[in-house]
Amino acid sequence: MKVLRWFDERLGVAAMARKGLRKVFPDHWSFLLGEIALFCFVILVATGTFLTLFYRPDSVPVTYQGPYAPLQGQEVSAAYESVMRISFEVRAGLVMRQIHHWAALVFVAAVVVHAMRIFFTGAFRKPRELNWIIGVVLLILALGMGFTGYSLPDDLLSGTGLRIAYSVLISVPFVGPYLAFLAFGGEFPTEGIISRLFVLHVMLLPGIIIAMIGAHLAILARQKHAQFPGGKASESNVVGKPFWPGQAFKSVGLLLLTGAVLSFMGGLIQINPVWDYGPFDATVVSAPAQPDWYIGWLEGALRLFPPFDVTFFGILIPSPFIPGVVVPGIAFGLMTLWPFIEARLTGDHDHHHLLNRPRDVPFRTGIGTAAFLFFLILTIAGGNDVMAIMFNVQVEAVTNVLRIAIFLVPALGGLLAHRISIQLQTAAPLRLGESTRVRRNAQGGFE
Amino acid sequence: MKPERLVALAFGVSVLSSLALVIVYVAGGDAQLEGLLLGLALGGLGAGVVVWATRLLHEDVAIEERGQLSSEAERSEAAEALDEPDLTRRSMLVRMLIGASGTLAAALAIPALSLGPRPGQSLFRTRWIAGKRLVDLDGNPVRPEQVQAGAVQTVFPEGEVGAADAQTVLLKVDPAALQLPAGREEWAPEGVLGYSKICTHAGCPVGLYRAESHELLCPCHQSTFDVLRGGEPTFGPADRPLPQLPIEVDDQGFLVATGDFSEPVGPGFWNLQSDEGEDQAS
Ligand code: FES
Repeated sequence: MKVLRWFDERLGVAAMARKGLRKVFPDHWSFLLGEIALFCFVILVATGTFLTLFYRPDSVPVTYQGPYAPLQGQEVSAAYESVMRISFEVRAGLVMRQIHHWAALVFVAAVVVHAMRIFFTGAFRKPRELNWIIGVVLLILALGMGFTGYSLPDDLLSGTGLRIAYSVLISVPFVGPYLAFLAFGGEFPTEGIISRLFVLHVMLLPGIIIAMIGAHLAILARQKHAQFPGGKASESNVVGKPFWPGQAFKSVGLLLLTGAVLSFMGGLIQINPVWDYGPFDATVVSAPAQPDWYIGWLEGALRLFPPFDVTFFGILIPSPFIPGVVVPGIAFGLMTLWPFIEARLTGDHDHHHLLNRPRDVPFRTGIGTAAFLFFLILTIAGGNDVMAIMFNVQVEAVTNVLRIAIFLVPALGGLLAHRISIQLQTAAPLRLGESTRVRRNAQGGFE
Repeated sequence: MKPERLVALAFGVSVLSSLALVIVYVAGGDAQLEGLLLGLALGGLGAGVVVWATRLLHEDVAIEERGQLSSEAERSEAAEALDEPDLTRRSMLVRMLIGASGTLAAALAIPALSLGPRPGQSLFRTRWIAGKRLVDLDGNPVRPEQVQAGAVQTVFPEGEVGAADAQTVLLKVDPAALQLPAGREEWAPEGVLGYSKICTHAGCPVGLYRAESHELLCPCHQSTFDVLRGGEPTFGPADRPLPQLPIEVDDQGFLVATGDFSEPVGPGFWNLQSDEGEDQAS
């Protein structure tokens, strides 16, 4: 009470506090996905700060003299050496590193699943298009964070990722070589790249992410939560539990539990054992080389794409260009613009605060399923060599099957999802509230 | 168990785990124990809080009106406030203001060019020149009879061990089986072949060799290259052959290059096929 008064007299916060504490949160498990992503980010910042204090972003060669016997006396980069030190000599260093890495994997996963929830329930519709776009930007930034972080240990595996990134960059017509040389500071491999990745990873990208999260949440607060229909929920109200105390407790609990799960994983499940991979060496690559899961789809696209170096008027379009630049460009472009594309297709420009069940909008559900399967197949293709070993067949066979599957599976899956949605709809029709003005018919059109 | 008990138990677990965590740390640390205890400490606290919220807080459903997000009246007032005649009337100055800001932005962006050199010739050339000996990782020159059939070996130009763009795989095949492209008949003394080790797809080192099918295999995206036919790609996303290094045996019996690779090495770029490289190199 005294504290509140002190602040209120200086800032006039009592009214805001009252409103904030009474803010209503609709209750649905799927609304926790975004929170999990946020909490992973909090944990990433906390563990990352610890790691930053010991990491050395430098590729000067040093002789390894630490306790890990197999590498003793070997020449490694200062960056790699510092990661080895974090893993073997800094107390609590290894657990922090592993929690950080697991948190990164879960972070991207949570962002992706959260985005899927938003997509399939139509939460991106007017007035929430802006927040959808910010969300897509956050997803891209999260991928950037993952990639730059993954590259910092300067081990054999991360070097391979950088090399491929360089090749994709250089493949861009006309400007590729300039872009690649500017980004890497010369022809791969370059000395300076580690310190550049470090600045991106610990300063620039997290700074932008924090600003974006701020905007994401501010817009959410301003527009208030969308909610599922049913009960007293309507387009003009929000039905749920007030922020204080229940929702606040649950959120804090979720933060702690997210931290708990990541701690268990970080302590008990080994990840990215850079001492096994060895330091980066331009003439060696480990096989089978697997990137972190969220890069798998890009890797898969590169693997599936046919040998196709086309030449237009003497200008070479190297084969990494289409899977490495064009496909992701189109994918993220479509994703960003989807709210507007859908509004154009349906002619629906109304405000929507009530969410759809996926079955309510078969065409969207079909398209979303197809897109999901497309990325899934690409991700699987990213491990075609692992699959070949698993099933004991030639890698070529796996690749050829997947080259067909990449078209067939999304198409069939999308149609199937469309079908199922319609069937579920007729089985259990949604009782539409009065405020819903538009209704879809079974073909996905409007009545 | 009563919810109160459950919450108290969870908090208790958390306290004990935190204390144990400190002890483990002081005693020297152990990643697995630390993860476990930290998980229990956080998890106990979290579980307690969640149980408290779900079992002990009895909250009614609350309903909040959304209210109007925007209104026509506010909009036109804002538009009016924006519409400052001293700004809108002087369109010439406004345009110049925008122009000046743009020019300034461009000038400020220029230092980004210091981030890297211009590519120039570097993508077209490697350190191989006529007369350079092929040396192994330890810097020792290589004789053709030291190259073993069925195995691959990485070599560099003499004095340039580690030069990434010059890395070359050396292997030996039966000279009678060779079907090299025209003009390369002399490039394989005693069946010894040198190919750029940098994959023409995305630049990974092509380090695996399937001796039975005479194919070099890139582990990154599984491109394969036929060494008998001048490094032609046979599978995978790579579309250009591995550049071949012209080699011969010098008078002391060591392998030497007779020039640079047959093509620019590594991943493709837009003007790779132009003669820009040759023009200025000669
Ligand atoms: S880098 Fe060799 S196949 Fe892609």
